[in-house]
Amino acid sequence: MPDSLFDKIWRAHEVAESLIYIDLHLVHEVTSPQAFEALRLAGRTVRRPDRTLATADHNVPTDGSRVAAQIADHLSRVQVETLERNCEEFGVPVHSIGAARQGIVHVIGPEMGVTQPGMTIVCGDSHTSTHGAFGALAFGIGTSEVEHVLATQTLQQRKPRSMRILYSGELGYGVSAKDLILGTIGRIGVAGGVGHVIEYAGPPIEALSMEGRMTVCNMTIEGGGRAGMIAPDDTTFEWVEGREAAPDPLPLDEWRELRTDEGAQFDAEVAIDASDVSPQVTWGTTPSMVCDVTAAVPEPASEGDERALDYMALEAGTPIRDVRLDRVFIGSCTNSRIGDLREAAEIVKGRKVASTLSAMVVPGSQQVAAQAQKEGLDDVFRSAGFDWRSAGCSMCLGMNPDTLAPGERCASTSNRNFEGRQGRGGRTHLVSPKMAAAAAVAGRFVDIREWE
Amino acid sequence: MNAVTKIKGPISVLRRSDVDTDQIIPKQFLKRVERSGFGEFLFYDWAKEPGWDLDPNPILVTGRNFGCGSSREHAPWALEDFGFKALVAPSFADIFYSNCTKVGLLPVPLPEEEIEALMDADEAEIDLEEQTVRFAGREVAFDIDAETRRRLLGGLDDIGVTLQSADAIDAYERDRERKGPVTTL
Ligand code: SF4
Repeated sequence: MPDSLFDKIWRAHEVAESLIYIDLHLVHEVTSPQAFEALRLAGRTVRRPDRTLATADHNVPTDGSRVAAQIADHLSRVQVETLERNCEEFGVPVHSIGAARQGIVHVIGPEMGVTQPGMTIVCGDSHTSTHGAFGALAFGIGTSEVEHVLATQTLQQRKPRSMRILYSGELGYGVSAKDLILGTIGRIGVAGGVGHVIEYAGPPIEALSMEGRMTVCNMTIEGGGRAGMIAPDDTTFEWVEGREAAPDPLPLDEWRELRTDEGAQFDAEVAIDASDVSPQVTWGTTPSMVCDVTAAVPEPASEGDERALDYMALEAGTPIRDVRLDRVFIGSCTNSRIGDLREAAEIVKGRKVASTLSAMVVPGSQQVAAQAQKEGLDDVFRSAGFDWRSAGCSMCLGMNPDTLAPGERCASTSNRNFEGRQGRGGRTHLVSPKMAAAAAVAGRFVDIREWE
Repeated sequence: MNAVTKIKGPISVLRRSDVDTDQIIPKQFLKRVERSGFGEFLFYDWAKEPGWDLDPNPILVTGRNFGCGSSREHAPWALEDFGFKALVAPSFADIFYSNCTKVGLLPVPLPEEEIEALMDADEAEIDLEEQTVRFAGREVAFDIDAETRRRLLGGLDDIGVTLQSADAIDAYERDRERKGPVTTL
């Protein structure tokens, strides 16, 4: 019987019915302390420290602090120190604040090459779906499951249903992976993928860089999907080759088998013409409240929409391009990789951030920051008036000091525009890195296709 | 985890859809390293809105796609610590649903029209053994995976259950485990 990529990976990891083996467990400081504590209380150990990797990302200040002791916020400091202590006690490798490999957990996995085709990957974080870009089955879990994986290296899990989103056509000029996935979520809704592992396929997906593919898979959870995945191909193999944890030589014969067979069945199929996708801007408080940059804020169609417009202080009928901004944030596990920074830098090069707003760039990892500095991108951003920060989650969720003030309106390359996500009372509009960069210069949204 | 069998009592109603876990428990409370004490921060920002009224009854009835967004288990911890023992909604987000079952907070999916009727009732009785919700003289069945139900009814420790398959895990690692990558470089 023809199998999907998902079927193949699932089968290779079934230890028993509804019990799957986990090849890589990523850990961060926010969702792990209670799991380690429970292990300690039960006298259990970490079964496979060599398949576990930790970093501090959510809480770290982006002011260049080198050690946990420098973190001013007491609770944040305790949380990072607790991670360091737990990792030491349980023998888990950790790249904490100040380490050369520190960064957002979903940026450093691929960067080190520990994210590879055919793997099962979990993390106490919903954006674990990012790693599916490499043809892995990767999804977020809760803290009880973190504890379970630490103790047993397995996860109790019923096999989810499968969905394929098949794209045709090609992305237009200026339209990015971020627009593609925002447009997709706008189409299927925030619960459209619930209970499903989604495979993204078709020529527009194959044409994406690994960074673009990670952006697409990253936002799977915003459409409710359990996991998102893309079959590995030469683009993938080139990206993985030579990274420190990558096999040498790559097992290419094996990896080329990791694709959906002709005629494989999916529980649901969606077809989308990528040529129809325009640059996207969210106008509400869920990622599916999204429209074309050329459109106007829509009429509310439900109580939820009304509430969202109220929260966002937007009037139906206002052209998106007339919406003025106070802040711009380029960062997060969705769009803070070197490719994202290059795209944004190209837009701002030789220009200035509008005097009416403040803008910041937060590279996804120390390695991304180092690479950007090598290419002089930090200078490009700084001379344009951007604040250049050190690596972390930062204003994606504002657990560190980087937050919006109440009422501030922000164009953000992150993944969630929920109420208060970037700071209590803050108003978030999700966009691509290029759109965010152009908005920073113009002080309002612009159609990147008209940018000269 | 405490065993879950019957949950009976007055209901609280939250008439909103797509309630995300950032609203259930905002980020500033995720900095704690303990597992308890989250209840007082439940719906922290919404609770300040005029007209907000949510009592710590045993049953919360709410809108579709409840618990979407972040995987934070702090959300079910907060709901449970506040006093809820069961959540009834047309649908739940995947990770949130799973997290609830790990905590002993029973998620009950019911069709939209039943939710409407239930929101107008004062109290309800949920029977996990029978997989039914009884309210206002009606009885409605709900779905739950048989294994999840068994674990909830028995208040079983998941890790303990899995470790009964320790031999299978050993055998997997011996015969089928993928080569690398190793994180301890
Ligand atoms: S960058 Fe944002 S979405 Fe990504 S892991 Fe950090 S907090 Fe979560």
